[in-house]
Amino acid sequence: MKTRLPRKRKVHLRIRVNGETHEVAFAPHKTLLEVLREDMGLTGTKHGCELGECGTCTVLIDGEPQLSCLVLGLECEGMDIITVEGLADGPQPHPLQQSFAELGAAQCGYCTPGILLASKALLDEDPNPPRDRIREALSGNLCRCTGYIKIYEAVELAARRLKDPKAEPSREILRGYEV
Amino acid sequence: MAGSGENKTAMMRLSKFKYLAPRSVNDAAKMLADAGPTASVVAGGTDLYPNMKRRHQTPKTLIGLRRVEGMRGVSGTPEGGLRIGPMTTLTALERNATVKAAHPGLWKAVHSISTPILRNMGTLGGNICLDTRCNYYDQNYEWRRAINFCMKCDGDTCWVAPGSKVCLAVSSSDTAPLLCAIGARLHLVSATGEREIAAHELYRRDGIHFLSKRPDELLTEIVLPATNGWRSTYRKLRRREAFDFPVLGVGAWASFDGPVVKEARIFLGAVSPAPVEAAEAAKSLVGTRLEPDAVARASDLAYGPAKPVDNTDFLTRWRKEMTKVYVKGALEDLRGS
Ligand SMILES: Cc1cc2nc3c(=O)[nH]c(=O)nc-3n(C[C@H](O)[C@H](O)[C@H](O)COP(=O)(O)OP(=O)(O)OC[C@H]3O[C@@H](n4cnc5c(N)ncnc54)[C@H](O)[C@@H]3O)c2cc1C
Ligand code: SF4
Ligand code: FES
Ligand code: FES
Repeated sequence: MKTRLPRKRKVHLRIRVNGETHEVAFAPHKTLLEVLREDMGLTGTKHGCELGECGTCTVLIDGEPQLSCLVLGLECEGMDIITVEGLADGPQPHPLQQSFAELGAAQCGYCTPGILLASKALLDEDPNPPRDRIREALSGNLCRCTGYIKIYEAVELAARRLKDPKAEPSREILRGYEV
Repeated sequence: MAGSGENKTAMMRLSKFKYLAPRSVNDAAKMLADAGPTASVVAGGTDLYPNMKRRHQTPKTLIGLRRVEGMRGVSGTPEGGLRIGPMTTLTALERNATVKAAHPGLWKAVHSISTPILRNMGTLGGNICLDTRCNYYDQNYEWRRAINFCMKCDGDTCWVAPGSKVCLAVSSSDTAPLLCAIGARLHLVSATGEREIAAHELYRRDGIHFLSKRPDELLTEIVLPATNGWRSTYRKLRRREAFDFPVLGVGAWASFDGPVVKEARIFLGAVSPAPVEAAEAAKSLVGTRLEPDAVARASDLAYGPAKPVDNTDFLTRWRKEMTKVYVKGALEDLRGS
């Protein structure tokens, strides 16, 4: 790759990602997804369909879940972006990450970054969402592994833990329901 | 390493373009006029960017409307006629209590679009100007090349109706049939002037030239009719409750004299390159109280104008059959509310 000509007409922008302001140079036709993954090395945000049809590339832009595959990097100038890398508090995983891991809400994990961020936006807005609200809020994120139930249960557990860090999952959730 | 080349990962990339970010409607209109036919405006990008990745459209200049002042938000009163800026996101409309209370039909149509995340990005203006859709068109470049393309883009045959002179790609906007039915008006601005048209005048029954709007015209405002004793509703058929475009949409409107229908309009979406008026069905409702017989008769009459072709999800015959069921449901909404 040494022989490559210098890339023409890159844009230089400031964007705020996970609380830090970065100066990034990238080609103007790049999506935020490409900028994050290729120009900033933040590969936690996954690329799936790249057409808006799966939700795995979801990030928070000014607190709102949006699809990074359908927004230009340069449209994000001055905006506050949160990716999955920004969820944990230092070494301490976010309660959502913790409960997803504990309850098997991530299997292959491909959908997980997007679902975590969509869930975070929901809990920021409604700390006590009923199941229907969770289902609605996550209806733009496809998961081909879990069947969603584990995901809903994990979001509910995280909601409880955000109020009471000691909250535990119910026996039914861990062991199944008796019939 | 971070910052390494683009071609290492297989990704669908946007075609290249120059990006302009006007701050006023006048500047945007002037830029659009200056850049000519190879320019395109972009609102939320949720329709245009996928199309650019599939190389349906490859604009040389993109005029981003997100920083234009005065194109966002809802103003006015329901009784005087609400005015909506085209850059208002679908989520903002959905959360607008006035819209929800005064225009439940529009609210339902907006709420049914795509997914909550896409509604955070997509705008009403983009939805109104949405590209038409077809199973042979909404595919990536390689797929389309493998069938030697089609008339709508890069080719010259229509694979749905090889004898057809016009492309039959489907009008797939959820708000279009509703806005046509309630008689919304659209304000268009170009560098050389402005005009207002009825929503139904925007659409043409041609999957390629599906808008009567000139390419240099911007949609700058959507004007809803004053609320005075009329009701509206929207019904949508699709496979999944999220993500999917309509394969049939029913926008219905009626004004009343007490319980008696004074006037009615029904527009069908996703059965043609433009929203289709079911005029006879609507006329048959005048003077009725939307009693079950009247609803059944109108639903049968709406079956005729629905002319889906085999280019979306589901069997064509079934989609046509469902017109009766969905029109019936819509008319029951109007009676019930
Ligand atoms: C997975 C997926 C599912 C979807 N499901 C649905 C669905 O169920 N129903 C539905 O109706 N849509 C659906 N959409 C399409 C789209 O998301 C919405 O229609 C959205 O409202 C488009 O708005 P936008 O602002 O993103 O448009 P953009 O992509 O920005 O623009 C769309 C077109 O309108 C033109 N345009 C935009 N604003 C103006 C303006 N002010 N003046 C002149 N021209 C303008 C653009 O040039 C472009 O040609 C879906 C999209 C995806 C990716
Ligand atoms: S209707 Fe025919 S011309 Fe139009 S997009 Fe489909 S195959 Fe192409
Ligand atoms: S990669 Fe963005 S929605 Fe699938
Ligand atoms: S865990 Fe595999 S797609 Fe969701």
